[in-house]
Amino acid sequence: MSTDALQKDTKNIDHVVIRFVGDSGDGMQLTGTQFSTSAALLGNDVATFPNYPSEIRAPQGSLYGVSGFQVNIGATEINTPGDDLDVLVAMNPAALKTNIKDLKPGNMVIVDSDAFTRTNLQKAKYDSNPLEDGSLSNYNVVAVPMTSLTREALKDTGLDSKSMTRSKNMFALGMLYWLYSKDPKYTEEFLRKKFKKKPKVVEANIKALKAGYNFADTLELMPTHYKVAPAHKEKGTYRIIMGNQATAWGLMAAAKKSGLELFLGSYPITPATDILHELVKWRHLDVSAFQAEDEIAGISSAIGASFAGKLAVTTTSGPGLALKGEAIGLAIMLEIPLVIVNVQRGGPSTGLPTKTEQSDLMQAMYGRNGESPAIVIAAKSPADSYDMAFEAAKLTLEHMTPVILLTDGYIGNGSEPWRIKKLDEMPDIKTYQITEYMEDFHPYKRDPETLARPWAIPGTPGLEHVIGGLEKDKIEGTVSHDPLNHEEMVKLRAAKVRKVKDFIPALQTEFDQEGDLLVVGWGGTYGSLKTAVRSYKEENPDAKVGLAHFSYINPLPHGVAKTFSKFKKIIVPELNMGQFADLLRMTYPQFEYNKYDKVQGLPLGTEELKKEFNRLIKGE
Amino acid sequence: MTTKIKYTFKDFASDQDVRWCPGCDDYVILRSIQKALPETGRKKEDIVFISGIGCSSRFPYYMDNYGIHGIHGRAAAIATGTKLANPNLSVWVASGDGDSMAIGGNHFIHAIRRNINLNYILFNNEIYGLTKGQFSPTSLLGQITKSSPYGNDQAPFNPGELAIGAHAKFFARAAGNDAKLQTKLYIAADKHKGLALVEILQNCVIFNDGAYKSIADKSVKDDMQLVVEHGKPMIFGKNKDKGLVLDGMKLKVVTIGENGITEDDILVHDAHEPDPTLHLALINMNEPVVMGVIRAVEEKTLEEREEEVTEYAKKVNPIKSFDELLFSGQTFEVE
Repeated sequence: MSTDALQKDTKNIDHVVIRFVGDSGDGMQLTGTQFSTSAALLGNDVATFPNYPSEIRAPQGSLYGVSGFQVNIGATEINTPGDDLDVLVAMNPAALKTNIKDLKPGNMVIVDSDAFTRTNLQKAKYDSNPLEDGSLSNYNVVAVPMTSLTREALKDTGLDSKSMTRSKNMFALGMLYWLYSKDPKYTEEFLRKKFKKKPKVVEANIKALKAGYNFADTLELMPTHYKVAPAHKEKGTYRIIMGNQATAWGLMAAAKKSGLELFLGSYPITPATDILHELVKWRHLDVSAFQAEDEIAGISSAIGASFAGKLAVTTTSGPGLALKGEAIGLAIMLEIPLVIVNVQRGGPSTGLPTKTEQSDLMQAMYGRNGESPAIVIAAKSPADSYDMAFEAAKLTLEHMTPVILLTDGYIGNGSEPWRIKKLDEMPDIKTYQITEYMEDFHPYKRDPETLARPWAIPGTPGLEHVIGGLEKDKIEGTVSHDPLNHEEMVKLRAAKVRKVKDFIPALQTEFDQEGDLLVVGWGGTYGSLKTAVRSYKEENPDAKVGLAHFSYINPLPHGVAKTFSKFKKIIVPELNMGQFADLLRMTYPQFEYNKYDKVQGLPLGTEELKKEFNRLIKGE
Repeated sequence: MTTKIKYTFKDFASDQDVRWCPGCDDYVILRSIQKALPETGRKKEDIVFISGIGCSSRFPYYMDNYGIHGIHGRAAAIATGTKLANPNLSVWVASGDGDSMAIGGNHFIHAIRRNINLNYILFNNEIYGLTKGQFSPTSLLGQITKSSPYGNDQAPFNPGELAIGAHAKFFARAAGNDAKLQTKLYIAADKHKGLALVEILQNCVIFNDGAYKSIADKSVKDDMQLVVEHGKPMIFGKNKDKGLVLDGMKLKVVTIGENGITEDDILVHDAHEPDPTLHLALINMNEPVVMGVIRAVEEKTLEEREEEVTEYAKKVNPIKSFDELLFSGQTFEVE
């Protein structure tokens, strides 16, 4: 865009963590999404995480109305949105106040100095202006009057001053594009498409974007700009995908692959609702998404649809899973296919709806009456949600028992590049569905290999039968109160889940295969754990550290004891009070498990993990 | 196939022993359904019975069709999923007053509001039977039950009134011992497009015996029941000499031949009137209690609206396949 850029210093860096923060109405989500998309399109690896208040329209300028978007872009593999910030972009005092603690000392904070008015400072509970009182002396403060510069740049557009001010996020974005040597062309394309019917808005935003870019280029306060080189990734076509979107698509892929139509019965709940939002768009692609009157109706309708032959799914978050407990028990009893997705959030009760946690593990395992085992699996990253949602559907169809898929707010809302996997790359799915008359039909006569029962659906002549929540005869499925039959059925249902072990991959270990410390994780902490192990090993080349990350919780995969026995110590970091460690201790009591628990609604940080690894390995 | 199978009621009876208490009205309901179904022209395999929990919810086990005995209160929600999954099925709900209006009240009103094409048999015995005798949401004020030993202090619902409040398009009612009327109503419910709610005033011989004696007993039934039919004057009584007229905003019972009243003065029943005012008044009458198809208004069903919206989506959404979706928006190549 500007040849001057070449005259400035350009430094190559490996990765950079940037957080855009502002008022709810400042457009920070859009700004962050645009920055990360452009970076990805230009070849970087990226991971993002939005952070917004649970209030819909919190009072302007208030501390609890701050909305943020964090992005980590890298020249090498990126597994998390990052912990400490390299750059903070704060659009007002409240945003600065609530986020400055995450900025590493010496690093850059870019602020809109126009927003530091007396009223805004008061709203943010600042006694004095932090831009003037020296409290930010540890940081490289870049104070830019973004509001007035944006208005100045747009003065000829004929827009009113409020509309002009709205484009200041594009001014900030333009500055960041220059700072990280990114061509803003993708954002220009995006704006032209998005506001196709409002050419004035397109013009204003592009002008503001360019103004920000050029301003940074000439600004003496920013003498250096940085280049994050493209990352080396597997060959293929990529797109940026959010975890919840990946879950929705994985389910759609499984429906296509199994030749069934997809049915979703769901009730809105943060942070799972985006799966519903995604699936309702594709009703013309054999997706029936039903917004029910409550959580229980969500799962009950899915059970009814499964009985009628659909690939049925219900989606929810923690409190909703609690409400669905009885119906999950029914599905276990009916032995029909059903996927239950739980995008976990902080609990108990309403807890922290917009923050992440892994504290529903035990609920997924045991949160039902009676002996009611379900298959439980977990996604480890936004993109992995595609594969695990597909796997959840495959397992439920091939084993005729419900599958609970655990994701969480962190990976559900986070995004990363995903190599697009077309249907022909996905494994085949066979079903037990019967749609034609057969001799010798017995509703609960099982396939000895999986213990799955036949799935004869209404409309099939001659196979009429009734299933229900009462205990059933082990072959005919008719009501049976026989004591020994009940015990046998309890054992059969458990054995059916246990047998899944033979159909899932054995536990894999990354990094060292034996040695000092095995880091054991499950679900959404994968990126944090991998980043921490990699970083620790770089700093401590002699330490032998392995990472065993579980995607399958119930049943646990083959190879657990063998893997665990190869390491001197085991640490199980979790975003709960050690639920997986307890589960492992129950199953494999011969090992000692060191817990590392965090329940702050935040992901695990690299530094805290490395410290803990060090303590266990070196006793420091 | 050109030969149409003609079923008899026996074709719909399962091989399971029916385990309701001897003398229970549920036997009448079961037999009436089994008699009605051959008249609907539906194929056996296309019929599904879905229930919740309670005495009445054992119903699917006794039918030789597809069925789910579900969990307490959730029959309507389960049935909604089944019907949406395959609109060609004839889906019936068998549910009691507690199942439908206490624990399952939410699903009940929402199924009605959506006008999904279900046939909903509401077994109203004004008591919890399976848990052995507690008051239900239709038990009378002051009623002595196991959980109200000094008299029930919770005012009851009138199911029809609740249904009208939830925008019901079809409501019918019959006494539990009236097999003939029930069979007619089940056929009408099956024919009706949209949610068809049939309330059965069902006597529980053990825990609430005689609850409907003053209405359903042979000796009083002609004077205490008005069976309405669309297009016919609302006349009842042993001597067919009583009828309904409007007195201001209210319904009034008059005698034909007294005070100059002739048959022409009697209100003619219009079940198809969209305005539910008069239907509600009929539903709320105590003497006589109004039976038959009180309301039957055709309106689009949920399935029909779903199909329309899907057609619209097909038209306006530029993405026509899952493969296109995968590659939509901004993508990039790694060589």
